[in-house]
Amino acid sequence: MSAVTVHTSSAWDRVRGYRPPARYLPIIATFALFVGLFGAGGMRYEGLGDPQVLLSLLIDNAFLIVLGVGMTFVILTGGIDLSVGSVVALSTMIAAKTLEMGWSPYLSIGAVLLTGTFLGLLMGLLIHYFDIQPFIATLAGLFLARGITYLISVESISIKDPTFTELAFRTVSFGDYYIRWTALIALLTVAVAAYVLARTRFGRTVYAIGGSESSAMLMGLRVAFTKVGVYVISGFCASLAGLLFSLYILSGNSLHAIGMELDAIAAVVIGGTLLTGGRGYVVGSLLGVLVLGIIKTLISFDGSLSSYWIRIITGVLLLAFVVVQRFATRRPS
Amino acid sequence: MPETQTLAQRVVRHPLLWPVLALVALLVINVVATPSFLDVRMQDGHLYGNVIDILRNSAPVMLVALGMTLVIATRGIDLSVGAIAAIAAAVACTRIVGAGDEGALTTAVMAATYAVVVCVLLGAWNGFLVSVLGIQPIIATLILMVAGRGISMAVTDGQITTVNNGWFSDLASGYVLTLPLAFLIAVGVLVLTALLTRRTALGMLIEAVGINPEASRLAGVRSRTIIWTVYAFSGLCAGLAGLVIAANTNSVNANSLGLWIELDAILAVVIGGTSLAGGRFSLMGTFVGALFIATLARTIPNIGIPSEVNYLFKAVVVIAVCLLQSPKARAIVHVRRQGPPQGPTAPVLVKAGSPR
Repeated sequence: MSAVTVHTSSAWDRVRGYRPPARYLPIIATFALFVGLFGAGGMRYEGLGDPQVLLSLLIDNAFLIVLGVGMTFVILTGGIDLSVGSVVALSTMIAAKTLEMGWSPYLSIGAVLLTGTFLGLLMGLLIHYFDIQPFIATLAGLFLARGITYLISVESISIKDPTFTELAFRTVSFGDYYIRWTALIALLTVAVAAYVLARTRFGRTVYAIGGSESSAMLMGLRVAFTKVGVYVISGFCASLAGLLFSLYILSGNSLHAIGMELDAIAAVVIGGTLLTGGRGYVVGSLLGVLVLGIIKTLISFDGSLSSYWIRIITGVLLLAFVVVQRFATRRPS
Repeated sequence: MPETQTLAQRVVRHPLLWPVLALVALLVINVVATPSFLDVRMQDGHLYGNVIDILRNSAPVMLVALGMTLVIATRGIDLSVGAIAAIAAAVACTRIVGAGDEGALTTAVMAATYAVVVCVLLGAWNGFLVSVLGIQPIIATLILMVAGRGISMAVTDGQITTVNNGWFSDLASGYVLTLPLAFLIAVGVLVLTALLTRRTALGMLIEAVGINPEASRLAGVRSRTIIWTVYAFSGLCAGLAGLVIAANTNSVNANSLGLWIELDAILAVVIGGTSLAGGRFSLMGTFVGALFIATLARTIPNIGIPSEVNYLFKAVVVIAVCLLQSPKARAIVHVRRQGPPQGPTAPVLVKAGSPR
């Protein structure tokens, strides 16, 4: 018997020949873009190079991050949720009104989360059991939530409860930098969602439904539970985002968060999640929100560009990402 | 031999039945609240009345919804129509203001043509993204929806541009043959579209692309050209709608013109019976759907519902209409009335090799 020498690759060979798995490419692209924007801004403007700017980004966009997490779940199953912006407004209004009526802040928070979850449950049931298109069902949810907000109060109600305001400004500081609790809650949500999607049966079923719903059903997965479940999660995330938003803006107003659902969808798409479902990560949505946030910061640092340029540049960026995503995921013919 | 259906059976089974019934129900509610609701009289040489106002107000949504119908029929969606309408209005108004003779007919015609051409190009851009690059319609049109508002604000430089052109204002407030000009324009586009899609093979090809894109591609249908065309047409309709809306107030506020009109248009299409999943479309259904939305907007102040309940009312109506059209919801009601449906008798399984 001849001795066969097995060629063992050295550590250096493995590092040199490393290629990230193809499914992570969209996220890596988003991360690269974020770092690029941050770096370019840091070179151009004096104050932007400070790491506190990054932490402030997280604080200012905490509600959008949570919204993006909920939207990712829905889009991964191939659906869409247009009602999240209105649920955010409804949450701020419920929080403001119940606090004004004298409820304990914890009871208010409970009421808000319960409402969002219940609305999500309603929409999930309509979509799955009555075969109504997600677009139309969540559009009805948008009108419903906005309508209830108007019903509660037409004028703005400000939040003056001391516990609430103290929660809003509570900070954790390390050294010269500080971060608020709202941002930490948002990051925690991302971590929990990432774990659920990657390591639980529910998460696997979400991806399976996005890939092919009929196959998932034939495989015996709990499709009904999961499909309704993602809308419940989206509703819960929308109400949590509403709480974070109300902590940020300290008032309840029926004109809040108009169009916020589109920001969430844009963030999810920039983050690499396919709208047809089945592919994407919540970390990508977090990066998408940060990218949108840094664009706004860059424009405000510049000071000379009018507000409508934000929209044009956001549109161009969205276009670039979608085109790259399209070519990256196209199957080689 | 297929049984011939009586007229009553044909009416009950007609797909337009539910939208028309819904519209009639709304009108009945209005008449109950205000007995003089349906009154129409002649004044200043044209018709005058609540119904005429509804017809005039339905024009922008109807125009947008007509373009949206064809797009939805190809399994797409166009969220950018509001932004395109704003761009059309911005371009037209800045052209009129910038022209030598602000009040002339030629100025108005030139500005309107320029605006419409720009909108067709924008629609073609959407079509390019969807048909050539293969990007999902919802995100491709979302891009223009976001960027288009910025473009329209850039065109007007952030100002509310007011125009002073009698011919332009006629678009919204003028009357031809006693009916509002805006409504006649919408009906004109409807008739033109109906002729183009039903008298030629175009309608069938659009439906084929929507029902099964792969099969129609294999059958030789030029789906790329068709998809491009329907998005350009949607842009055209949105541009016309933008001109009508701007003519109504003789000004353009790029921030708010046509805001969320895409949602109303999609609702009109869905109420009219066209499915969002693509395929068969109904232009008359969209016509009835747009009238329904305009009547709904009129009903709410008429029957004294406070404007806060506006959205809630819309939500209930949307859910009710969708449930009515959902076959599963109808099946639940049917089963209760007729008992469990009798299935075909189960096939008898014969063991292989046994004598039959």
